[in-house]
Amino acid sequence: MTSAVSFRAVSRHFGSVRAVDAVDLDIPAGEFFAMLGPSGSGKTTCLRLMAGFEQPTGGAIAIHGRDATGLPPWRRAVNTVFQDYALFPHMTILDNVAYGLMVKGVDRATRRRAAEEALDLVKLSGYGARRTGQLSGGQRQRVALARALVNKPSVLLLDEPLGALDLKLREAMQEELKGLQKALGITFIFVTHDQVEALSMADRVAVFHQGRIVQAGTPEEIYHNPRSRFVADFVGSSNIMPPALTARLTGERRWASLRPELLRLGRWEDGLVLEGTLVQSSFLGAFRRLAVRVESEMLHANLPAGVGVPGEGSAITLSFDRSALNLLDDAP
Amino acid sequence: MSLVVGAEPLSSRLSGLLWRRPNLLILLLLLPPLLWLGLIYVGSLFSLLLQSFFSIDDFTGQVTHEVTLLTYAELLRPSNLDIITRTVTMAALVTVASAIIAFPVAYYAARYAKGRWKAFFYLGVMLPLWSSYLVKIYAWKMILSKEGIVSWLAAKLGLGVLLDGWLSLPVVGGNSLSVSATGTFLVFVYIWLPYMILPIQAALERVPASLIEASHDLGAAPGATFRHVLLPLALPGIAAGSIFTFSLTLGDYIVPGIIGTSRLFIGQAVYMQQGTAGNIPLAAAFSVVPMLIMALYLWLARKMGAFDAL
Repeated sequence: MTSAVSFRAVSRHFGSVRAVDAVDLDIPAGEFFAMLGPSGSGKTTCLRLMAGFEQPTGGAIAIHGRDATGLPPWRRAVNTVFQDYALFPHMTILDNVAYGLMVKGVDRATRRRAAEEALDLVKLSGYGARRTGQLSGGQRQRVALARALVNKPSVLLLDEPLGALDLKLREAMQEELKGLQKALGITFIFVTHDQVEALSMADRVAVFHQGRIVQAGTPEEIYHNPRSRFVADFVGSSNIMPPALTARLTGERRWASLRPELLRLGRWEDGLVLEGTLVQSSFLGAFRRLAVRVESEMLHANLPAGVGVPGEGSAITLSFDRSALNLLDDAP
Repeated sequence: MSLVVGAEPLSSRLSGLLWRRPNLLILLLLLPPLLWLGLIYVGSLFSLLLQSFFSIDDFTGQVTHEVTLLTYAELLRPSNLDIITRTVTMAALVTVASAIIAFPVAYYAARYAKGRWKAFFYLGVMLPLWSSYLVKIYAWKMILSKEGIVSWLAAKLGLGVLLDGWLSLPVVGGNSLSVSATGTFLVFVYIWLPYMILPIQAALERVPASLIEASHDLGAAPGATFRHVLLPLALPGIAAGSIFTFSLTLGDYIVPGIIGTSRLFIGQAVYMQQGTAGNIPLAAAFSVVPMLIMALYLWLARKMGAFDAL
């Protein structure tokens, strides 16, 4: 089976800046794929390379097995939902949605019907006659989605699709996007800097750092087995253990990461034990977050809210299962 | 200690009063310009309008202060209609040419020019506006004259035949470019071009780059993107610019007086009628024409949706 999108050593350099640096990528058809990374990590440039807004300075891009290197955006079977939605302000909502069909020469009646169906799909039936200025941010987002989907793209690109929405709306949209992707079976590729969004929506996540993919895998793999300090720290929060501390605990002189929620209070049988001083204890509703000084390291533990903890400044013992400790590939 | 301090100075009491009654402040601020516009400008406009309904006694040369449409009838004489048609055609051609030349310049400035280049663009567009209008026109007279650089260059490039061929045509031609309608047209376009570039640039500046990308993304090649997205969104700017180029050409009497044929334009007709001919009513009637045309033009532009995207 051919990939929906594949990159072979694709680079995009702007002068001396390597925005995308020799990236290899294969996204199977029908996958919900997330490109996650901090700003300037190259994830948006990757998306723009897929859409055709940027041309690679090196390497080859294929869309559904066909070489797309040098192909202009208007000849690609991909459509984009823009971060600012990019709705045409001089057109009605219906004309916005029907735009792709209009420029392809589809007759008026057919494209009207298709646009109304697309609006229906994003739960905006009856909004066709309005202007873009009369819609809320969430509604504009849906129009942008309908405008892309009406063209029946084989790949849908989404640039920070939920970035401009408030928290409640964002959560609702996350579920909706996921449902839509399942129902339509189209490959969705989205860019985000929000790790929660990436983990909750995507089938697979690629983590970008300095123009390269530093790790790709399922959300579970990325979360439980980060391979580098960067990924461990960027995706969720992690205790990063320096080689000296890992060596004392396991005998292996390696960098390691440990999720704060995998630490338990007290001494456990078969567990690895950390002894230190409780520096700070904060109540966060669902759990209690402890800051504990172990040797010269500051580690964090998230304990269930009901657990009784000693006062700040007193000695504390924490333990965790050996399997909770994730060894990293960074050079010690 | 009392919170209210007695014996406030007058200035403080005045600012207090204005603060409590913001409408009074607005009235005070608007009164001088309103008086100026209302009395001096609208008043003189009205008296001009009134003049156009008077007529001149052919025998005595005196203005007869009786309301009549005789002067307007005179306006419709073939020779006068000729002047109006000539001026309107010139204004329309100058507007279209300015828009075509201005668009790429404005597009470049809005989309690509950054920092130093942007400053250079503004300087390049505005600089001609800083120098004297007359100096520029006389400079063009030299440029377009028989011995000028245009003829010289055309001859050097072997295009002299082409230029002579063009100048031998009726209406647009003449002895040299500087005494032809073509010359008038060229100078008008040069003089009013900045007034077209700046509004278009302002309109394009407000079009986010993502709209162009969205259009491409949805399958529209650059030509279709221009027609369906860029042009409609630039239309308010083009309309604003064309109001300048069109109305400025309609009323100008200096350019056609210095460069071009001896055939009159509206501005020259007004100048002549109120000066040497002493026919104030006809001059007034002539100057009503551009106002009517502009009103019609704006109404049409509005009807065609030129201001929808504002």
